[in-house]
Amino acid sequence: MIRIALAAETDIAGWRDAARGLLRAQIAPADVDWQVGRDSLFDHAGDDRSSVGGRANDIPPPRGPQPVISKELLRQIETALLHSDPERFALGYRIVYRAQSEPKIFLNPADPDMHRLRGLSKSIRRDIHKMHAFVRFRKIGSDENGRESFVAWFEPEHHITLAVAPFFRNRFTGMNWLIVTPEASIAWDGQTLATGPGGAKSDVPQEDAVEAEWKAYYGAIFNPARLKTKAMLAEMPAKYWKNLPEAALIPGLTREAETRMNAMIDKEQTAAIAIKDVMAPAQAHGFTDLDSLYKALSAATDYPQEDFSPTLVPGEGPGDAPMMFVGEQPGDQEDQAGRPFVGPAGQLLDRALAAASVNRDQAYVTNAVKRFKFVQRGKRRIHSKPSNQDVEYYRWWLEQERQIVQPQVIVALGATAVRALTGKSLTISRNRSQLIDYRDGAKLLITVHPSYLLRLPDGAGQKVEYEKFLRDLAMAQSALAA
Amino acid sequence: MAKLDRLQKLTILADAAKYDASCASSGSIKRNSKSSGGIGSTTGMGICHSYAPDGQCISLLKILLTNVCMFDCHYCINRSSSDVRRAAFTVDEVVDLTMDFYKRNYIEGLFLSSGIIRSPDYTMEMLVQVAKKLRIEHKFGGYIHLKTIPEADPALLADAGLYADRLSINIELPSDAAIAEFAPEKSGPLIRKTMADLSGRITEAKVERRKSRKAPLFAPGGHSTQMIVGADASDDAAILQTSAKLYTGVGLKRVYYSAFSPIPDASKRLPLAAPPLMREHRLYQADWMLRFYGFSVGEIIANAQGGLLDLDVDPKMAWALMNRQSFPVDLNRAPREMLLRVPGLGTKGVGAVVRARRFGRLRLADVERLCRSTRKMRPWIIAEDWHPGARLDSDMLRAQMARPAKQMDLFAA
Ligand code: SF4
Repeated sequence: MIRIALAAETDIAGWRDAARGLLRAQIAPADVDWQVGRDSLFDHAGDDRSSVGGRANDIPPPRGPQPVISKELLRQIETALLHSDPERFALGYRIVYRAQSEPKIFLNPADPDMHRLRGLSKSIRRDIHKMHAFVRFRKIGSDENGRESFVAWFEPEHHITLAVAPFFRNRFTGMNWLIVTPEASIAWDGQTLATGPGGAKSDVPQEDAVEAEWKAYYGAIFNPARLKTKAMLAEMPAKYWKNLPEAALIPGLTREAETRMNAMIDKEQTAAIAIKDVMAPAQAHGFTDLDSLYKALSAATDYPQEDFSPTLVPGEGPGDAPMMFVGEQPGDQEDQAGRPFVGPAGQLLDRALAAASVNRDQAYVTNAVKRFKFVQRGKRRIHSKPSNQDVEYYRWWLEQERQIVQPQVIVALGATAVRALTGKSLTISRNRSQLIDYRDGAKLLITVHPSYLLRLPDGAGQKVEYEKFLRDLAMAQSALAA
Repeated sequence: MAKLDRLQKLTILADAAKYDASCASSGSIKRNSKSSGGIGSTTGMGICHSYAPDGQCISLLKILLTNVCMFDCHYCINRSSSDVRRAAFTVDEVVDLTMDFYKRNYIEGLFLSSGIIRSPDYTMEMLVQVAKKLRIEHKFGGYIHLKTIPEADPALLADAGLYADRLSINIELPSDAAIAEFAPEKSGPLIRKTMADLSGRITEAKVERRKSRKAPLFAPGGHSTQMIVGADASDDAAILQTSAKLYTGVGLKRVYYSAFSPIPDASKRLPLAAPPLMREHRLYQADWMLRFYGFSVGEIIANAQGGLLDLDVDPKMAWALMNRQSFPVDLNRAPREMLLRVPGLGTKGVGAVVRARRFGRLRLADVERLCRSTRKMRPWIIAEDWHPGARLDSDMLRAQMARPAKQMDLFAA
């Protein structure tokens, strides 16, 4: 029996040299005993031997020619030798020994020795891959030039620390870093890749400010609708969790997943009802025709008028129109003309109605507030938004107007109209583009005010919003046919 | 409203991005920072830096620049009519966050998309700016995937390809009609045209690179797309036909399938419940058959009931069950194309079988060493010491080959 003592678990060069000598001496694999470390049981040669094992003393003189080993095979073996399996050195030697008579052995994936070797190198590759993936750096500071320094603690399963160093150098070239493992440490300072002794977890800082953001990200990117903890565990086994800051969140996220899902579905089922709840019952009917309605409103003195133009701008269109459009309030031009929707917004509405093939003769157009509210700036009268109180006041009149016209579809243009028609401030974006049941069997469709389209800064953006508006109008129109 | 800090924005904008299935950092060129002195490398294979409890690989920082969107795609949580909390990153915030995460080894790079804010061009320009800043100011060598906006100016797309490893354009739904119904601002023909342009540029850049190493790279990781499954009525046949067309027609690298996931504040037109996750899984398997096993869509869906893939057995098995006359396949003799059709035998397994049989006739024990398990395979193969005999004709075969009655579907009663 020939004993070979290698200098360290990762003494691959030592194994290679010993294997070469053994092959030349034609020693059968069964006659070699591979050991690691100076104080191995069989290390009887004393202290004079330095790093690499006992080949000088123990290996018999060469008997044959220089052995030939394919580079590819050697590469495969050397990867496998990083494994923690104590049998790996013997397996490697057995394969190179067999390769002397069967040089193509490594090409046969069904060979049992090669199968085992493949098993070892597979777990090495996996361990290396996981180290690439799961090392977590923590920042410890930066120098006067802004070059930052980071430290990480990691516990690989096999003897791979030195093997991964080039990967980290090539990736994190622009920063200083140190990775400490129980067996060895590796470091980069921008110039040299250094290796050093192993260390402990306490050598490494325990926090980093960015970690909170990383955890927030981890929690947010997870989809509770598709919990698959098994798949997660297969790729990120629990043994790695202790050094992954995000892993602390896993139990909580898993527990909450189902609750979050159910809440989502419940919310959906109640959402449809919400808007109906805001409908107050229809109020008493006071007028039978539009003329007397507007006359009464014009004469009414029960509401302060200071901020408003005295001109009343009534609705316009057939008194039995199937469709009613409600805007906010008349503008400067409407006020001067005494007619609704004649300014730029009105022109846009006309164009849109034509484009969406809504028959203008079937439409009654009016405003939530019937007078122009403004502030005077020099010669100009600047539009001022009606207050909730203003809307409340005119609301009753709008409802009378609706009861006389009895439209099948009411289109609320913008937030003020929505408030006037429903008594609530509803978000346009959330509630638009759907036919909502309204009083007396009518449908309410919420959309934007045409002046919103005019205010958009960007041409392309305008186009998108305009088309959306057209689709809303078309939807309103389609409700008529139905 | 108080101003949101970076962490709050991140929470909102990562949450909004999670419905995009792709997180791959693979398929690009190999690159490192050794000569640039910067930060970042790509290995070509991609690395998953973490896994979420939903089993998804976390490889990239997958976020939206903003979830404010003027479009109104019904299946999307960011659509203009949804009432989710909105947030917007600045270009610098995304750049810094990416660098901060990357330096701590949390990620392989950035997957950035965005709701459409102000206009398609404006948004696309911001996305390009992020990528450009990372590459040029920070000498960032990690992976960048930009989701591009088909409605934006093609010149912006051309810029994006200079900095990104991968570009993607989501086709979203399998048919133009479904797109028109559920994503009214989008257009199927425009999406396909943009994809085709993109593919043209990618190929062109590759040709130039072959002539000169100095020619600029253009999206070396190719382009991909995502299709949502189960939001509209399209069946698996329609979905796979669309994929096949995209693979051959516009040179796509990958089609991702994303089972429609009930989203908070969903549009009323969508189903409330998700389709079974198994359906998505089967589509991925079928997609794999298209790309690697040499099957045609016709073969895969020939026996699909109502145009849907069988949920109980994988599509390759389903094909074998319906085509028993083509089996058993002799592992020691059959050509590669036929080996690829054996249930349970993957591309790697086929390679191993072909290599190993040069050294001698394979027995079942050999096959076991080459492939992880032969359970699925046995009724379909002949080995030196193995013949399935009458099993192949057994009525029980389907039942034996069906997946164990374990539910992958969270929502099944
Ligand atoms: S464009 Fe459509 S899919 Fe994209 S973010 Fe906006 S609404 Fe969502």
